[in-house]
Amino acid sequence: MDWGALHTILGGVNKHSTSIGKIWLTVLFIFRIMILVVAAERVWGDEQDDFICNTLQPGCKNVCYDHFFPISHIRLWALQLIFVSTPALLVAMHVAYRRHEKKRQFRKGDQKCEYKDIEEIRTQRFRIEGSLWWTYTSSIFFRLVFEAVFMYAFYFMYDGFRMPRLMKCNAWPCPNTVDCFVSRPTEKTVFTIFMIAVSSICIILNVAELCYLLAKFFLRRSKRAGNPKQHPNHENKEETKQNEMNELISDSCQNTVIGFTC
Amino acid sequence: MNWAGLYTVLSGVNRHSTAIGRIWLSVIFIFRIMVLVVAAESVWGDEKSAFTCNTQQPGCNSVCYDHFFPISHIRLWALQLILVTTPALLVAMHVAYQQHQEKKLLVLTGHADPKHMEEVKKHKMRIAGSLWWTYIFSVVFRLVFEAVFMYIFYMLYPGYQMVRLVKCEAYPCPNTVDCFISRPTEKTIFTVFMLVTSSICIVLNMAELVYLVIRACARRGQHNSNPSSAKGSFYGHKLSSEYKQNEINQLLTEQDSSFKDMLRRNPGLQEKGDRCSAC
Repeated sequence: MDWGALHTILGGVNKHSTSIGKIWLTVLFIFRIMILVVAAERVWGDEQDDFICNTLQPGCKNVCYDHFFPISHIRLWALQLIFVSTPALLVAMHVAYRRHEKKRQFRKGDQKCEYKDIEEIRTQRFRIEGSLWWTYTSSIFFRLVFEAVFMYAFYFMYDGFRMPRLMKCNAWPCPNTVDCFVSRPTEKTVFTIFMIAVSSICIILNVAELCYLLAKFFLRRSKRAGNPKQHPNHENKEETKQNEMNELISDSCQNTVIGFTC
Repeated sequence: MNWAGLYTVLSGVNRHSTAIGRIWLSVIFIFRIMVLVVAAESVWGDEKSAFTCNTQQPGCNSVCYDHFFPISHIRLWALQLILVTTPALLVAMHVAYQQHQEKKLLVLTGHADPKHMEEVKKHKMRIAGSLWWTYIFSVVFRLVFEAVFMYIFYMLYPGYQMVRLVKCEAYPCPNTVDCFISRPTEKTIFTVFMLVTSSICIVLNMAELVYLVIRACARRGQHNSNPSSAKGSFYGHKLSSEYKQNEINQLLTEQDSSFKDMLRRNPGLQEKGDRCSAC
């Protein structure tokens, strides 16, 4: 179970995302996960071995390293990426649940949902409406929260995003204040800034997606509120009931046969 | 065979699990196995090479490491995850057995065409009858394994915290020497993380157990309310052929609750199924 497996799992979610969501997923996998795996892990690979303190006192190096790096950048990014990509699974579970319900209706021979084939249910793409809208919006919200929390944790732990060359350490058993030198500080700073920048881009994309979904929601609501006003003189009970039934049907049965808009 | 292989094996089980079971499986794979592979293994990677003791005495380092780390956290977690995920295979085996029985019945009733055979393979089994018991046992075993490993962890590494310094006086160390552990804070963070996810998994398993029991009781309540007319005639019709037919029908129903589903879905089989009035 590694990043490749996560990519397989999340690739399925891609189909039911908005365009911004698809861009976000691409940025996540190419500019963050891939960079982490092919580049950043090498840079941080020798972080403890090449962390050198100006002392022969056994244990001083270990203690100083632990003092300055409570958790390595790499592990923090790995956790951040796992937490940030997991809310998308909520959407995947909701879609799977809807599919399951549709299949049940289809098997019962329900006339409400018109599908030619059970295969169509499997490959069909759901519109982001109704309860799926709420699940999707919650997942974006959680993504934002996790991104922000991890960026704050980073800033808090490492006092800014710069990696210094030299650290002064006087934790026991170091005999007095010793100089400790970090390996590849400039390269680490470059990658830290890169990952922070991409993280900010992802935050912006998530905020944009949230705004887009909210705008779509209010637009749809105003359209629905606007429609019955067009026929003020033709309202009768049967038409209203039929309209209500049609709305209920279109709410629960999310697909028009062609249904491609999101 | 590695974690990816295990994932392949267990995602087949996923289909026949409850919703809580699927959530549990996702938590196991994403928050435990994946974190173990991509993060925790590199934290513990240099645990022995960077374990430094304040002595030049050869062998002291190795002996002290062995004394304080009888089994590494990583290996303990790997064992825990394997043992905890394996009871799901009981369910997989039972499902495979039931599918085999269904196929045999299809052959006997003369409906052994490829379409029906494929449907047997694809349809989701109801968790009822003996499959319910197998499922319950698998959840109980999961719980037991989780609890046992958490206890072992606590016994081996009290407090779940990794200390920076340990004092060691095992032979051949000349006297009490200070030994320093590498990355103790990072290790503590990951230990706590794995502990929390383990607790979440225990809670999910307990919730699943409660859900299954409640569902079984609800189903039993429904069954009891339906044949209420037959209750009164229990003694009167004990020896009648109708009663015997009902008993036979009940036995057939218990054995093949999934065959019942199949009959419902395939009207073509109905004329054969009509012999079985309890279905």
